[in-house]
Amino acid sequence: MPKQPQYGLLIDYEYCTGCYACQVACAQEYKWPAGMAGMRVMEVVQKLPHDKAYLTYLPFPTELCVLCASRTSKGLQPACVQHCMAACMKYGRIEELAREMGKKPRMVLWVPRS
Amino acid sequence: MKRGERKIIRTTTWSAGPGCHGGCGVLAHIEDGRLVKIEGDPEHPWNQGRLCARCLAMTQYVHHPDRLTRPLKRVGERGEGRWQEISWDEAFDLIEKRLKKIREEFGPESVIFSMGTGRDIGPWICMLAYAYGSPNVMFALSGIACYSPRIAAVDTIQGDYCILDAAQWFPKRYDDPRYKVPKCIVIWGYNIPASCPDNVFGHWIIDLMKRGTEIIAIDPRLSWFVSRAKKWLQLRPGTDGALAMGFLNVIINEGLYDRAFVEKWTNAAHLIRSDAAKLLRESDLVDSGSASNFVVWDMVRGAPAVWDATELDYKQAGVKPALEGDYEVRLASGAKVPVKTVWSAFCQQVGEYPVKRVSEITWVPEKDIVEAARFYAESKPAAIHWGVPIDMTPAITPTVQAIANLWCLTGNLDVPGGNVISRYAFDAVAYALPGTKGVIKLKSKEADSKRIGADRYGPLNRFIWRAQTDLVLEQIFTGKPYPIKGMWIQTCNPVAGIGLDPKKWVEALKKLDFVVAVDLFMTPTAQLADVVLPSATFLEKDGLRSWWVPLQSINKAMTVAECKPDVEINFELARRFDPDFRWQSIHELYDEIIKPAGMTYKELQAKGWAFPPEGHPSTPYHRFEKGLLRPDRKPGFQTPSGRIELYSSIREEWGLEPMAHYEEPPFTPVSQPELYKKYPLILSTGRRSPVYFHAEHRNIPWLREIDPDPVIEIHPDTAKSLGIGDGEWVWVENWLGRCKFKAKITLVVPTWMVMATHGWWFPEKPGAEPSLYGVWESNVNQLIPMSFQGKDGLGAPMKHLLCQVYKASSSEETGNA
Ligand code: SF4
Ligand code: SF4
Ligand code: SF4
Repeated sequence: MPKQPQYGLLIDYEYCTGCYACQVACAQEYKWPAGMAGMRVMEVVQKLPHDKAYLTYLPFPTELCVLCASRTSKGLQPACVQHCMAACMKYGRIEELAREMGKKPRMVLWVPRS
Repeated sequence: MKRGERKIIRTTTWSAGPGCHGGCGVLAHIEDGRLVKIEGDPEHPWNQGRLCARCLAMTQYVHHPDRLTRPLKRVGERGEGRWQEISWDEAFDLIEKRLKKIREEFGPESVIFSMGTGRDIGPWICMLAYAYGSPNVMFALSGIACYSPRIAAVDTIQGDYCILDAAQWFPKRYDDPRYKVPKCIVIWGYNIPASCPDNVFGHWIIDLMKRGTEIIAIDPRLSWFVSRAKKWLQLRPGTDGALAMGFLNVIINEGLYDRAFVEKWTNAAHLIRSDAAKLLRESDLVDSGSASNFVVWDMVRGAPAVWDATELDYKQAGVKPALEGDYEVRLASGAKVPVKTVWSAFCQQVGEYPVKRVSEITWVPEKDIVEAARFYAESKPAAIHWGVPIDMTPAITPTVQAIANLWCLTGNLDVPGGNVISRYAFDAVAYALPGTKGVIKLKSKEADSKRIGADRYGPLNRFIWRAQTDLVLEQIFTGKPYPIKGMWIQTCNPVAGIGLDPKKWVEALKKLDFVVAVDLFMTPTAQLADVVLPSATFLEKDGLRSWWVPLQSINKAMTVAECKPDVEINFELARRFDPDFRWQSIHELYDEIIKPAGMTYKELQAKGWAFPPEGHPSTPYHRFEKGLLRPDRKPGFQTPSGRIELYSSIREEWGLEPMAHYEEPPFTPVSQPELYKKYPLILSTGRRSPVYFHAEHRNIPWLREIDPDPVIEIHPDTAKSLGIGDGEWVWVENWLGRCKFKAKITLVVPTWMVMATHGWWFPEKPGAEPSLYGVWESNVNQLIPMSFQGKDGLGAPMKHLLCQVYKASSSEETGNA
């Protein structure tokens, strides 16, 4: 039986600006070489009716994300969460974050491998 | 300290490193003298612990294996890439000797001191240039077209600059009871690049959106803001002035302006002579009258009345000035002339921009213009936040006048949540932007008389104490009116970044007798120098920052090899050049600069940052009403009339159009229909990368990974018609040259425009000529000319050129890294 996950990252992707701070914060924290990081930021340009389009960025925790256990155990925020320029990421217990999700649209809750 | 022990230094970002205009509080983790980690400072009111990708990559920057660590002397030909390491003493001696020789033979003005954008360099490069005796400090962009023109233009009509209010003046920020969240922010040509230009932390706007602010986005590209905007005005690049005139048209016709503000705080009631198209002055009416005083039509007496611009009052009591109308006055000569009020002339001018015409010029639908103008005018408070595209057009000043008139007419100036007057914290000037003079000055007016362009361009004599860049470049070739023999280049990379027509800059550098470059890494520009000095990041220096509020100290956390901070390099040479140089140490100089704050530099360092108190001219709000803006403490503005000048007396003095208007830029489908047939796409440049600051950071692995190639954005339909696939290499070409980009096929650009990224060179490629780190492959500035500055010497066309795009053959493709 794999360990049951307890913690996750809540992303309010309405406000993610694609600044890549999370990705580099993680690379710095874990000294990953370029090409590896616990977070990857994706750009999605979606075509809409009437010749319109919508631009979204979405941070995605990769197989390298360890949810910053060493930081959170000291009461610190995960490196990506602290530095997020748009303050659009939240770390916490899955159930609490799931409740938060109900407050507004354009949210995603990640439960990384950790 | 024990080995392996970690100390954490609290400091402030600025320039070398993240490259930005700075302001973030950071905690630098140092072990054994090395930076092991950098984090945002959660206690800092500026960024609250946040930090951008570039700053988070500082460990790779500070300890980069390619960093220059010792001074270099050229041993081969210029550009051959052969260098010899020398000591600082040798470097200083050599520079002193060579530059003194030029000074003796040709005069100090023959050496240009060139800098790049927004760095912690303004005062220190001035300190060096002025100690040497040269007035020719140059910001190396054509038309000085970044920020200074906007500041100068706003100063011209308003006396003080102003910026978006994000409560940055208060330690508690958005929670300060004095503050109001704007209902609407107009984002005018600005994206969230996390490069924090113009001293606004870009993501503050997101904080405000979360607190309810709605956005009007003015941008030809589908930016992040556009996707989240209530209204998007997708204008043709370069037509911002017309759009702003259209806004004014709607606002005036629909009566959406603040008439009380217009009457009380602008020069709307002042009279203009219809015969001479000039403001009527007291001296026109009576021989003994002052030419500095203006005249209104007093409705009570049915006669002209004099506005005393020194007393900021009418000379008679009980004057009720007419806002509108045509009148007749008798001049001192006895002649009768027709006059009209500024407001009448202004409304007439605005009347020339009906929404239909504006829509034709800007390509924005009429309905959208009207609705956006109404929404802005009806939202209280509302703010406008603009970006550098406003500077990057030759008619920058009239464009700024139109936009600035918007925040004035709607009563949004210096109110909570509006456009708030921005002063240096405590009026301590650490960065000599337009409108201010710091403690560092040229010795004499005589020395300044040789400044290139100051005789020709008004703003250069009133607000911007720089040489005019386009004229400098021309003068290097003509040698007229005097020869240019040397250049000191610091925080600046004209061959790869800031220089338009960069091949001409290379030619120019080669004509000079002596060139010094100060940088952290070798660059295409530094390759053409005679001496290269290794400079330091913000982590390696003591500094200060009062670029608006708060006042902050930069605290040295570490050193790297023999690198020296810019200020130290310049201080040492300034001492050598000027026998009267009056500071003994840099801290003594800093003490003098921050004296108005009532603390010493050491005290500031201990605090980290300091906010000026309520009631200080550098703390908002309503300062013009409280008499906090003018040295005489009278309510009003620091303009010649003491009022916001809808009709600019200063522009009139310069012989330029005094009121806001639109001028078509030089290289557009409208102004160049013939060229447009051959080059059928609008070429816009310079959209920001979140991980680069202009020409920097291509050598930082974490950052390069995110944005590996020079990219041009092309709409899918356009790409299809050109047979170009996503990720394919293409040539972008116009009458000036061509360069290569990787196509990014995306809906973020319209079909009629392509957007090319700027500042590209390849630090991994050979540095020696002809390669110069591959700078000729993808530096888009090769497609943009110099010498198209505006009539006042400011602004240049950088966002609206023309081009064609075609696929590169497979042999021409570039695999870069
Ligand atoms: S939570 Fe920690 S490990 Fe996971 S992506 Fe964020 S910084 Fe990396
Ligand atoms: S740091 Fe925040 S805003 Fe920036 S890309 Fe990551 S999630 Fe988005
Ligand atoms: S770019 Fe912005 S976030 Fe990054 S260090 Fe500079 S001011 Fe801070």
